[in-house]
Amino acid sequence: MENILNEVTSSSTLGAVLQTPSQTVGPYFAYGLTSEQYLYDFKQLIGNQMVSPIEHEEAITIMGRVFDGNGDVIPDAMIEIWQNDGENQLFGRFGTGTDPQNRFIFSTIKPKSVDGQAPYLSVIIFMRGQMIHSYTRIYFSDEAQLNATDEVLNAVPDERKNTLIAEKKGINIFEFNINMQGEKETIFFEI
Amino acid sequence: MNNITYNQFDREVHPPYLAPEYKSTILRAPTKPLIFLKQSLSELTGLVFGDFNLGEFDNDLTKNSIKNGEPLGERIVVHGKVMNENGQPIPHTLIEIWQANSCGRYIHKVDQHDAPLDPNFLGAGRCMTDKDGNYKFYTIKPGAYPWGNHYNAWRPNHIHFSLFGANITNRLVTQMYFPGDPLLQHDPIFLCIPPKGRDLLISKFDLDATEPNFALGYRFDFVLRGHNATPFEKI
Repeated sequence: MENILNEVTSSSTLGAVLQTPSQTVGPYFAYGLTSEQYLYDFKQLIGNQMVSPIEHEEAITIMGRVFDGNGDVIPDAMIEIWQNDGENQLFGRFGTGTDPQNRFIFSTIKPKSVDGQAPYLSVIIFMRGQMIHSYTRIYFSDEAQLNATDEVLNAVPDERKNTLIAEKKGINIFEFNINMQGEKETIFFEI
Repeated sequence: MNNITYNQFDREVHPPYLAPEYKSTILRAPTKPLIFLKQSLSELTGLVFGDFNLGEFDNDLTKNSIKNGEPLGERIVVHGKVMNENGQPIPHTLIEIWQANSCGRYIHKVDQHDAPLDPNFLGAGRCMTDKDGNYKFYTIKPGAYPWGNHYNAWRPNHIHFSLFGANITNRLVTQMYFPGDPLLQHDPIFLCIPPKGRDLLISKFDLDATEPNFALGYRFDFVLRGHNATPFEKI
């Protein structure tokens, strides 16, 4: 292993190198990864304002909470959102430790439909107690027509489909809760 | 779009979601099988880092939060390469770094371990890989610290890393350990990794990278998920 890892220099070794194993983000990520959100004195590169709501009148707010198997809210998760509809590429990150209700909150714009599929956000979830991050998607409750014909939504079990759909709560506000376990366990993807 | 598909997680080297010896996994690990998702535009792309301006000392944790003197502890230089499973280097990608100080204390407000904070050490930094996928940063060797998982539980010395790679399938958060650490054999977070993968998280002492009269060198390579197509094209 030592030799392989240290001497790989060309692209001729397809599959010859093993992936570096994942480890938990742990409880103490905030001052490194979300420093300004948690008021640490270190410049933050990625935040939750994926667009500025005062500069984009079509901006939406996505908010929600993460729950464990007991239904208790998780105050030390980190949520990342990535979206790419071919036009806008946006990345956001927020920890659940600063909002009084331990919500994650993002300002972004709803992506466009790509290839006739329903618009969605890609979500990556990290927390203490997760050795490896989880992937899910956020679809939107006010896209009923596109949701009904979406390839991915039609491929997941019917009774769990709604765990992927953010519910419209206000003019431009969507709520999306993430359940790690239990009856309402969110669908997590192998991608 | 082209026909590139990125490999899935290699479950022979990655830890499982549920590992009861690490107690926090019990209520937080997904219990239902993951659902396979065909990769589309969103999965095959990710954050691009050209626009980020890193601070002058972001890659030197021994200097980036000096208040009134040098941080205490053993100076080290950590370097290596970021590549994918195909062995192809990943250039110009961001590596985020965080760690405890030399006494085993995090500056994070939640950390209540009774060890001193170092006013001159924050423990956070970042660097970019160069055009050949190489990276390097300076820091202080982190200390071991106790945690509440079980009686007399101690984490081995480690540095936390966050990497982005070519797209969101490449996302990796991990921890780097040090060679010869006796705590590794008692650490459930390390031992959650299948035996085949464990050595991949232990850095190697590197005399060639050691800077005389200044800092001990360690080498640590990162391997992100690869894909089914060569040569590599930036999507």
